[in-house]
Amino acid sequence: MISVQQLPSLERYAYDMAHLIGAVILMMSFGLLYQRRMTAVIRTYSFQAMVLALAAAWQAFVQEAPHLYVSALIALLFKGVAVPFALDWLVRRLGIHRTVETALGIGPTMIAGVALVALSIVLVLPVTASAAAMTRENLALAMSVVLLGLLMMITRRNAVTQVVGFMSLENGLILAAVGAKGMPLVVEISVAFSVLVAMALFGIFFFRIRERFDSLDVAYLETFRGERR
Amino acid sequence: MMGSLASLLPLEVHNPLFWVLGTPLVGAGLLACIPDWRQAAWLNVAISAAALGGAIGLLYVRPAETVLFFIDDFNIYLVVLTAFVGFTTALFSASYIGRESKTRRLTSQHLRFYHSMYQAFMFTMLLALSANNIGVLWVAVEAATLTTVLMVSLYRTREAIEAAWKYFILCSVGIGLALFGTILVYLAAQPVMGDGALAMAWAQMIKRAGAFQPELMNLAFVFLLVGYGTKVGLAPLHAWLPDAHAEGPTPISAVLSGLLLNVALYALLRFKMLINANEHALQPGPLMIGMGCSSIFVASFMLYRRGDIKRLFAYSSIEHMGIITFAFGMGGGLANFAGLLHMTMHSLVKSAIFFAVGLITQATGTKRIADIRGLTVSHPFLGWAFVIGVLAIAGLPPMGIFMSEFLVISSTFARNAWLAVPVMIGLLVTFGALILRLQGMAFGEPGHLAADSERTHQGWFMHSLGVVPLVAHLTLALVAGVYLPDELVTWFKVVAKLLG
Repeated sequence: MISVQQLPSLERYAYDMAHLIGAVILMMSFGLLYQRRMTAVIRTYSFQAMVLALAAAWQAFVQEAPHLYVSALIALLFKGVAVPFALDWLVRRLGIHRTVETALGIGPTMIAGVALVALSIVLVLPVTASAAAMTRENLALAMSVVLLGLLMMITRRNAVTQVVGFMSLENGLILAAVGAKGMPLVVEISVAFSVLVAMALFGIFFFRIRERFDSLDVAYLETFRGERR
Repeated sequence: MMGSLASLLPLEVHNPLFWVLGTPLVGAGLLACIPDWRQAAWLNVAISAAALGGAIGLLYVRPAETVLFFIDDFNIYLVVLTAFVGFTTALFSASYIGRESKTRRLTSQHLRFYHSMYQAFMFTMLLALSANNIGVLWVAVEAATLTTVLMVSLYRTREAIEAAWKYFILCSVGIGLALFGTILVYLAAQPVMGDGALAMAWAQMIKRAGAFQPELMNLAFVFLLVGYGTKVGLAPLHAWLPDAHAEGPTPISAVLSGLLLNVALYALLRFKMLINANEHALQPGPLMIGMGCSSIFVASFMLYRRGDIKRLFAYSSIEHMGIITFAFGMGGGLANFAGLLHMTMHSLVKSAIFFAVGLITQATGTKRIADIRGLTVSHPFLGWAFVIGVLAIAGLPPMGIFMSEFLVISSTFARNAWLAVPVMIGLLVTFGALILRLQGMAFGEPGHLAADSERTHQGWFMHSLGVVPLVAHLTLALVAGVYLPDELVTWFKVVAKLLG
């Protein structure tokens, strides 16, 4: 295993930078967990996506892989700008509660979040001992973001915040994909994820749910379990 | 058009795979432009037939491996099976949609969308099966999820939207975790395989999988099992499956159950083969056996409390996917053979049952099991076909499912008798539940809920179109139970050996 100190200075710089950007993305995941207002959740998500764009661009530069700039552009324009705008519009248009409804309090959620980060570090670092240093920390950070996204989906009751949780999970996946040196199809994967999933479907579903249930609280979905009619 | 298609699908025109993948892809676009649903239904049948023709062509001309696509003994059998069930379901769908449109539950806009999505769905499944690149495999499974979500929500009822939303969220998360697993597999392979597209080509990876980093492969397999396992519907990740099966149009329930679950399991098995080839990595068998057993148990006990006929058979699908996962988890020649046979038989019989259920719900106008009574009296042909189908899925001889279940149990007994006990208990419990429900539905006094015959009446031709696929599937399952051709047996044996 190569320790960081043995790396040549330029590579060390590249490593530090990637590490820093990844850490900011992880911080935004925690930000998503403690925000209590809907608009703040959307802003935080937007910021996370923009930092993800920076991470992708940095990897494109360091790995000399120009196709990653496309991923960065998708993250910046689509996830950082278009999606938050659309979510804002939906929240206003549908008159959704401006406060986040939680299934588990903010405090316990944060503790669970810290535990998940610890878990992913404990899991990832030993098994990647022989991988390049760049990949190791990046992977641990990405996995933390994925798990925190999952946690957000579990602990939020409102459909919009659940979707934001899913999209932040997806940010973690893209972070892992751009960090994997020389991985093919990253652009295709970001396109497959963002364009198809995030907007088309959610847009349709939000309208439909609104039409049928007069609320975006997914707890309403639970009243019907398919067996009683 | 051929030229642009050739650039979209990097395949030669004389390659049968070009036709297998190209026809549904072009068909999806074409069907989106046809406003008349009657023409669209026939075109849907024709496109499915062309894809089936291409798939049969694959049996004679084995295309060379490319960076993106490859055909080996394992996936060729699933491609043919998928194209075949896709074709028969298209036939059934033409008849089903004909009746459904008379009840005005679906507008012509909806039907246009439905037909286009049907072919898009076939394309994504065939793409997933023939993909060499594990990234393409993932993209195809993701796209298959999207197309089916849209079809499940087709009726726009409250229940359909709930089902589609649940399906979408749970499977998206599953698919996300599967992507993380795929990235980990790439990272495990990258030091050996180098960068670039070849490092994700399965046929290349398997040759050198022994040198992959075992610890990363272990971590990856857990993510892949949870991710693709959600799509297979393995308990406890199965929550989406009964709703999605119950609320969509019945032809979609048939392909979801008969084909999509197989495709997801196929993806998982490809990774199992990679990890099997690495002797330092964990044994995937026990994990799969555990998931398989839990699926069998959960599903078999849940079957007793079902009040909805489609939901009943959705739980039965969970149980059968559990049996198949269990068989592949056991591994070894005989158990793998049994798993492959069970995969085929379940596809045929379960889609046949959903065809029958579609006809039954349209004839009686209800999905409630309690309201369906005396089918063998009121609709003798349909009723008896349904009885045969349910007996087949419950695992009674002489149908094919009996044979594959018998092989699963006996091969397990030979190696670890205690493991066979939970499976046998699960099978018996399921048998009891299915027979209990069947009795009420098939025998006794017919219910009073006979639907308005004016609305559901069809000419003999359209009616027989709905019945032919049902009879064909059940006949195949019966024949396979009595006699398997030697060629098929040797072929299955080759694949079973490939699976390790």
